[in-house]
Amino acid sequence: MSRLPCTVALVGNPNAGKSALFNALTGARQKIANYPGVTVERKAGRFALPNGEPVELVDLPGTYGLDATSPDEEVTRRVIMGEQPGQAQPEVLVIVLDASNLEQHLVLAQEVIALGRPTVVALNMIDLAERDGLVLDPAALAVELGVPVIPTVAVRRRGLAELGAAVGAARDTAAHEPAHPRAHLTMPERRMLARTMARGAVLSETSKHRLHARLDRVLLHPWLGPPILFALLFVVFQAVFSWAKPFQDGLDALFSSGADGLRSVMPPSLLRDLITDGVIAGVGSVVVFLPQILVLFFFILVMEATGYMARAAFLMDRMMAGVGLSGRSFIPLLSSFACAVPGIMATRSITDPKDRLTTILIAPMMTCSARLPVYAVIIAAFIPARDVLPGVGLQGLVLFVLYVSGIFGAMVAALVFRRSLTRGAASGFIMELPKYQLPTIKDLALGLFQRGWIFLRRAGTMIFTVAIALWLLLNFPRAEPGQDQVNASIAGHIANGLAVVVEPIGFNRDIALTLIPTMAAREVAISSLATTYAVGASDENARTIGLAAQLKQHWSLATALAFLAWFVFAPQCMSTIAVTRRETNGWKWPAFMLAYLFGLAYLFAGIVYWTAVACGLG
Amino acid sequence: MTLDQLPLGVLARIVAVDWAALVPEEAQRLRALGLDEGAQVRLAYRGVFMTRDPLAVEIGRMTVALRRVHARAMHVEPVAADCPA
Repeated sequence: MSRLPCTVALVGNPNAGKSALFNALTGARQKIANYPGVTVERKAGRFALPNGEPVELVDLPGTYGLDATSPDEEVTRRVIMGEQPGQAQPEVLVIVLDASNLEQHLVLAQEVIALGRPTVVALNMIDLAERDGLVLDPAALAVELGVPVIPTVAVRRRGLAELGAAVGAARDTAAHEPAHPRAHLTMPERRMLARTMARGAVLSETSKHRLHARLDRVLLHPWLGPPILFALLFVVFQAVFSWAKPFQDGLDALFSSGADGLRSVMPPSLLRDLITDGVIAGVGSVVVFLPQILVLFFFILVMEATGYMARAAFLMDRMMAGVGLSGRSFIPLLSSFACAVPGIMATRSITDPKDRLTTILIAPMMTCSARLPVYAVIIAAFIPARDVLPGVGLQGLVLFVLYVSGIFGAMVAALVFRRSLTRGAASGFIMELPKYQLPTIKDLALGLFQRGWIFLRRAGTMIFTVAIALWLLLNFPRAEPGQDQVNASIAGHIANGLAVVVEPIGFNRDIALTLIPTMAAREVAISSLATTYAVGASDENARTIGLAAQLKQHWSLATALAFLAWFVFAPQCMSTIAVTRRETNGWKWPAFMLAYLFGLAYLFAGIVYWTAVACGLG
Repeated sequence: MTLDQLPLGVLARIVAVDWAALVPEEAQRLRALGLDEGAQVRLAYRGVFMTRDPLAVEIGRMTVALRRVHARAMHVEPVAADCPA
């Protein structure tokens, strides 16, 4: 017998605990990919029926009904109907219900059951319902719905075996019984029936003080809520930069010692330089950001799993509405402070397409962790370390101004886009605020592993290719004896041309040359400036000190300030461009993003330079 | 009285909704969340800072965030608190 494994799909409202059930059933045996042609994540995994037969389980995006309003919901509808290309129609549907929210969730359940497909209901999070003082009768619900109802607590692995058995039974029954669609009901009829059924399933209900109501009273308080959110964000940023530091230094040391080791065992050759200067330096410069990204994602995953993220979106909605966005854009923009790549991927949860596009376009202006090395080196070299106010250093103040400039630029850009390119009815904000819940370590670990892996794979392959391409551009054609290799190379020729363009904003030829490899990733600017000024130092620290002295010799203060202003806006990151292309399905928007951000970078670097020169700092 | 004018914590029934005043997709989303004629709701939180946007509405055992423009389209009348929800 060589038939494909039977496909089973999880269907349910958002926040029904579908993902937790999916994780509990499949463990780490998951495959995450995209549905073809749309940027909706397809999560599939394997689990075994009680008789040992393997089953492919698909976790469908959460939906409130089968009449789709977002790309996610459209995929759910098409998979259930068997209309999704490349996806076998599920043989059994598992409807996941939040036990404490039956009145709501039974509306979708009825709609799905009415299709007449083999169906099993998982009455999930029954422990939370009991915590709220709600005792339910699954048997009564099963009679009302006409399908098996299995109580489950996904996070504690309760009811999983029973659920597997029910799925197997439903599949076997369906094999010798044709599908029998049921009478179609209108929406109000379904809602009425849902209410009756929900009430009928309740054995006893005590009005215990609900935990989430008490937490919300503090966290959503008009005056307490925002300070708590900002305090939390402050802690997150502190952690991103301080917790990740030792790991980052460790990775950095690992890559440089790897390159040094290779240099000592391989004879000098072009191939050796390609591997050490091209591949290891290029890929390494991106991989060192993995610790920061993991720390940030740890907080984001905890905020999501506990239910606080929806509250953060609620608190930020008013501010975001001011520039024509909604609270939903807050989550992707927060992620972009670590790296715009996961931030842009997180825009998928925004239902309004214009909102989503606007958020993607402004995300690169959030100061990502790749800009920090550049800012750190330039500020250390040019800004004196003195206090402007007691406890407020000038260097820190400059860094803060750079962060704020990015945020301010993004807000102004959003305002302009919402009135021009992405003009439309002001987007609304309708969002369920899920119940508070303690996250499970296993789900957190799995989530972190998945995000980390996606980042490494995407950044790794992209940077790998670009690093090799740039290295080739810098090394060919080979220089004649006595001629400078950089000048002779293709990159050198481009730099000489570029120098003319950037001269008005105070950039010299060395900067022009630096800007080319920096297209791969911003932090490349430092290593490439170091190479350009040919500082012969072994370790990173000595090179930074040496570089600072070199920079002071070759650059005026006005040039340095212009260089900082440039990096606030310049979209010098291949990964961001690549992910934007993926998420917008084409080259139109990444091309636009490159154009407008380079335009802004040029303009602002220019303004800073001319102002500084006028003030006598040239 | 419309939903945005409802005092906090008062249980009310949605008696009429001016669907035409809403964007069709948003109207559909609100309906899918159960915010429809006949539903019993309670205003739980009002927005932060000086403005009173957005709003958090309790419906059944669920809390839904929405904007004042949505709430303005919903006409409500308070019901006695001991009425079964």
